[in-house]
Amino acid sequence: MIVNGTNGPAETQGDPPRRHTLAIQVDNRPGVLARVTTLISGRGFNIDSLSVAETMDPEVSLITLIITGSPRIISQIIKQLRKLINVIKVTDLSEMDYVERQLIMVRVKAEDQDSRSEIMRLCKIFRAKVIDVSLKSFTLEITGGSDKMAAALSLLAGFGIEEQVSTGLTAMTRSFQQKQAPKGS
Amino acid sequence: MTKLSGAQILIECWKKEGVEVVFGYPGAATVEIHHHLEESPIRFVLCRHEQAAVHAADGYARSTGRPGVVLVTSGPGATNTVTGLAGANMDSVPVVVFSGQVARMLIGNDAFQEVDIVGMTRPATKHNYLVLSTGELAQTVKEAFYVAVSGRPGSVLVDLPKDVIGGEADFEYPRKVALRAYRPHLTPHPRQIMKAAKLLVSAERPVVLAGGGVISSGASEELVGLAEALEIPVTTTLMGLGGFPGSHRLCLGMPGMHGLYRANMALQNADLILAVGARFDDRVTGALPGFAKQAAIVHIDVDTTSIHKILDVDIPLVADARQALMALTAEIGAAPGIDAAARGAWLGRIAAWHARAPLSYSQDPEGPLLPQFVIEALYRRTQGKAVICTEVGQHQMWAAQFYHCERPRQFISSGGLGVMGFGLPAAIGAQVASPTATVIDVAGDGSILMNVQELATVFQESLPVKVAVLNNGSLGMVRQWQDLFYGKRYAATILSDSPDFVKLAEAFGIRGFTASTPGDAESIIGQALSHPGPALMEFRVSPTELVFPMVPAGKAIDEMILARPGDPGDGPEPPDGGAADPEERGPDTDALPEDGGDS
Ligand SMILES: Cc1ncc(C[n+]2csc(CCOP(=O)(O)OP(=O)(O)O)c2C)c(N)n1
Ligand SMILES: [Mg+2]
Repeated sequence: MIVNGTNGPAETQGDPPRRHTLAIQVDNRPGVLARVTTLISGRGFNIDSLSVAETMDPEVSLITLIITGSPRIISQIIKQLRKLINVIKVTDLSEMDYVERQLIMVRVKAEDQDSRSEIMRLCKIFRAKVIDVSLKSFTLEITGGSDKMAAALSLLAGFGIEEQVSTGLTAMTRSFQQKQAPKGS
Repeated sequence: MTKLSGAQILIECWKKEGVEVVFGYPGAATVEIHHHLEESPIRFVLCRHEQAAVHAADGYARSTGRPGVVLVTSGPGATNTVTGLAGANMDSVPVVVFSGQVARMLIGNDAFQEVDIVGMTRPATKHNYLVLSTGELAQTVKEAFYVAVSGRPGSVLVDLPKDVIGGEADFEYPRKVALRAYRPHLTPHPRQIMKAAKLLVSAERPVVLAGGGVISSGASEELVGLAEALEIPVTTTLMGLGGFPGSHRLCLGMPGMHGLYRANMALQNADLILAVGARFDDRVTGALPGFAKQAAIVHIDVDTTSIHKILDVDIPLVADARQALMALTAEIGAAPGIDAAARGAWLGRIAAWHARAPLSYSQDPEGPLLPQFVIEALYRRTQGKAVICTEVGQHQMWAAQFYHCERPRQFISSGGLGVMGFGLPAAIGAQVASPTATVIDVAGDGSILMNVQELATVFQESLPVKVAVLNNGSLGMVRQWQDLFYGKRYAATILSDSPDFVKLAEAFGIRGFTASTPGDAESIIGQALSHPGPALMEFRVSPTELVFPMVPAGKAIDEMILARPGDPGDGPEPPDGGAADPEERGPDTDALPEDGGDS
């Protein structure tokens, strides 16, 4: 098969790989998530991020999945996903204007007064919340898109990150779609 | 509404679906279903291995176009079906397997004979189900059949917990399926049809590449009509054999790794390829960068994922093959006005290729028996009318090359997965479907032993299946790779201690014959065919014969080896008239496989 990405087995040709955010509407039934992930892992691809939840329609779940690959691979994966009997709709949000959010909880060292107040200042800037405190650390909750997360984490790293967990990204198209330059934010 | 047990509901659903026969093997998890099946009009064929039961249902489905149905027990019964499910799915054959499962409350407990068969077969089926209540059984069965036969057909598994079978529910067969997301796209887009028709009419060197989709959509007649209207030659893949009549003047035979010289040369030199229900398997295309470089490609397939998967195509047509061909024929109209001179020249070139390198062998009347001769003798003595099932190996390729199938569903072979052990059970299914037809399993000495226990099924069901074992004392197809590319080191491919096939057949109550000369071969074929019951013919054929042409792995399909290196005719003669084929490359007999791909 020529259709192998840099992410998966050897690639022979084509455009460079890119990050894609796929919004996959599926029947809200047992085993459906497994079908989606088996399909992707069975082709040797890694899922960068994944989140799943029920939608307004309780019979439908939304899987938001982030995967890196060349256009050819991604379009093949999308087609294969559409072929799954329980997949209702697949949208490649990377082709559109959309907003994405993720939630991260991070425990940072905060042992002296200086770092404690500096962390509080950063919290304000990033609109983060302190959700747990001890004499030696703060646990923060931050939500945002991937750029904001990266910025916040790199600043917090300076204090020493003790532990960090995060949800997958979830995303929604903007109600107003510009014609050009699609970009998530 | 009447209350029925799960087992009764299942059987009622089968009746509603028009199921006439179920293949399978029982166990504790399904004994209740068998109990009720016994008193229904549905025939149960007891195979001797669950893998074989799925292949039998597959053979039945391939020869009728109707879904093949299987019933097996939980645990090992279910795991034994995996090869069959995967094979049927790859070859787009509608097969529905019903597997027993432990009771719901035991699922996940590592209970006796519990396996997560739904998890295991997810990537091996088109879709599968775990039925969680007796109440949803009927709806699920309805859906399972619909999914198996519609769009690009495939295999479906339905897992039935024991207490779902034992439970009770109101029974009413649902009228329609409720699948909000699954809607196969069958009608071709008119604009694409217009564009494709234009290309077809204006092409100077067109070829049709017809695959299994022609057969499963019932498009053979339409294909013949279109090919004749436009004078387009047709090459049929292994899965497409019989989808276009093998003796038709426009038929080029099979392309690809063991394809005919003319078929491969035609694809390589075409300016237009119309692919119909074919998915550009690597065994057909050879090395992709060198495949059909001059051709525009029109690709008709009901499966969107087949299009643009391997190759970029110029005109994709997502549609049922038959509907698309009908639309194309209508669009082209009665007097298409093709360039007759150009077409004459193209067909002339193809004829010249064939004259240069036809399929050939030379059977010395006194010499060792050749496998190709055996296939031709079978062809002659059945007037080309038998249903041919095959196992996998050299014998399969010789059957494909030398038994010219005239009609769809006449050639039944495991293509995508290449399952040794497929042919005998598939022949059982085909014979159950057509009790009066001559059904022959063309087998190898390796493959036949993979499901030889099915001779017991053949005997028990009184099926007049004929088995032709081409005994070359080896796993010939693998040995062929060793012969050509691995310095003749025959590691793990010599089968010197095979059983006495005649005695083996007789032990199952089946007539056995053996032949090692051309004369004897003719005579045992005559005897076996005139014997009213099942028969096994062993042909002791030359162990050294190789399948040609052969495209080595990693080579373009016009880089064929035409004969054993050093033998006369190991390469095509120089092009007639000199400059006729600037594109043509000579065969490269030193070619080494690049990916060590398997046969
Ligand atoms: C189940 C399975 N195992 C292994 C193979 C690999 N394989 C392909 S052809 C072949 C040899 C088949 O030998 P035989 O049936 O004697 O046929 P021949 O090639 O000799 O005609 C093998 C081992 C396969 N296709 N299927
Ligand atoms: Mg053999």
